Amino acid sequence: MSRWAAYAGIAVVLAAVPIWFESFWLQTGLFAMAAIIAAIGLSILVGIAGQLSLAHAFFVAIGAYGYAYLADKIPPVLALVAAVLAAGVAGALFSPIAGRVRGIYLGLASLGLVFLGQHILQNATGITGGYRGIAVPPFSVFGFEFTGADGMVVLGVPFGPLEKLWYLGVVLVAAALWYGHNLVHSRPGRALATLRDSEVAAATNGIDVVRYKAAAFTVSSMYAGLGGVLMALAFGRIVPESFGLMLSIDFLVMIVIGGAGSVGGAAAGAVFVTALPLVLNHYSGSLPLLAEPGSGGVGAAEFSRLLYGAAIVAVLLFARDGLAGLVHRKERVR
Amino acid sequence: MNQFVTLLVGGLFLGAIYALVAVGFVTVFKATHVINFAQGSVLLLGAYVIARSHASLGFALAVVLGVLVAAAASVAIDALLIRRIRRADLGTLAILTLGVDILLATELSRRIGTDVLNIGAPWGNDVTELFGIRIATSRVIAGAVAAVLVAGFWAVFKFTDFGIAMRSAAADGVTASLMGIRLNRVAAAAWALAGALAAVGGLFLTSFPAAGVTSGVGLLALACIPAVVLGGFDSPGGAVLGGLIIGVVSVLTAGYQEELSFLGRGLGGVAPFAVMLLVLLVRPSGLFGTREVTRV
Repeated sequence: MSRWAAYAGIAVVLAAVPIWFESFWLQTGLFAMAAIIAAIGLSILVGIAGQLSLAHAFFVAIGAYGYAYLADKIPPVLALVAAVLAAGVAGALFSPIAGRVRGIYLGLASLGLVFLGQHILQNATGITGGYRGIAVPPFSVFGFEFTGADGMVVLGVPFGPLEKLWYLGVVLVAAALWYGHNLVHSRPGRALATLRDSEVAAATNGIDVVRYKAAAFTVSSMYAGLGGVLMALAFGRIVPESFGLMLSIDFLVMIVIGGAGSVGGAAAGAVFVTALPLVLNHYSGSLPLLAEPGSGGVGAAEFSRLLYGAAIVAVLLFARDGLAGLVHRKERVR
Repeated sequence: MNQFVTLLVGGLFLGAIYALVAVGFVTVFKATHVINFAQGSVLLLGAYVIARSHASLGFALAVVLGVLVAAAASVAIDALLIRRIRRADLGTLAILTLGVDILLATELSRRIGTDVLNIGAPWGNDVTELFGIRIATSRVIAGAVAAVLVAGFWAVFKFTDFGIAMRSAAADGVTASLMGIRLNRVAAAAWALAGALAAVGGLFLTSFPAAGVTSGVGLLALACIPAVVLGGFDSPGGAVLGGLIIGVVSVLTAGYQEELSFLGRGLGGVAPFAVMLLVLLVRPSGLFGTREVTRV
């Protein structure tokens, strides 16, 4: 019962955020939420199913561009669903390679996918707009538009696109967490964990190895696609550079910092990795340590990169199970 | 036809540089089972040291210094970080090196900024005529150096006690250490070697026809990943062949850009990865990699 009370408390706090906080925090929050959704997908693939993938940015890009391209032509809700499905199909198409190639070869093969994706995004100008990118049509559901055009005001706060998207993000993140949690603790989740620990043991227990591997890739890609849609909505305009190798590495780092295989850990890692550079940049003027960009000193961007690199090293050396591991260890001691 | 031969030869010379860096990757992997993503920033470190010090030390000494610094940095990564979690799985170790790469690359690109540092090579922008093919002198020298180094390493691995220690440590670490082979020493040597090779690769990747040392040079080492995967991760010979293939593929696709324009612009950068994916579809462990055998 107290658990439900806690959930209700969190829901109230999250619902109140757009009323108190300025747009910078909403934007940061939206990027973090998009990252949370995609990171949960990668956590299921890498942490539960044990398949290293550096291609996550590719699937995120399919979701983002899929939505941006389709939302003009069909209702945005359908475009969202179609973009997620498209990312899932792409994951399923890659799974023949994933099924054959193992371990580190898979990680490096998936690296190739990111570069292929970049090439396509730069060159398929008819759909992606090339290097100049493409504008993302606003979301709308049943005639309710996620723009500031209707002049909606709640408690004296004008509700523009960011305020409205915040609620969409909260709902999508809640759904992603719920589905991820259930998947991990259900029969398919246990099957995937067995697959990770020993393919032979899994096969002898009647688990269809190839099918489950493909399914893990598909589900993870669909998560990536949904994260991509939210990211596109938060950006307002998407360019290929946002979906390069760095993003893939970011996702991998998120789940490592959070603790691979933990849904909640992935979410915490996603918030840390996404919000750190944005927040540091926002306060770079008032932080005495940081130099102005271009002055040769350590600026906000560099400082957050250094902190980020150091966090990876520190987590892997001292807390291998990530943030989730720290929490659970505490619980066990108590 | 003439253009084809020119591109082919140019590709082979470029591939020789890739092969050097790829051999470093493979050596580290064989000795310590680490996919070393930090190789790119170590390469940049070597090139950076050479570019910064050639004015005061002279080119030859600067190269020696760059190679030593890169080797030392590489050993430090192994001794200070990797060694502490030697038993961790491949993915964890790979991500640890990614973290190191981010730290080192961020600091180096902050120092370089938007500058393009001259590597200060005495051969400058010279062009050599080789059997009627005009080719950058630096690439010819790179090819020669690569050939000598690779042959030298092959000989060391094959014939010296150190080579035997290295190979036995790679084949079966536990047994090797019971036989009195010091695994940490073998590992340090492998990392030093990889760092030194990366610095040499960095030297040639940043001299003419490339512009010089920029903060993006570390990414060049990424082009060596398809080479390593193509050849098979645990095969030095495969790495050399993979490097040559990748060099030829990227130069050919860049050279025939006009004819291949239906595939889009900037094909030279992405073609190696496409080739890698195709090869992996047919041979999941690369051309010469040890196939993973599942024992029950």
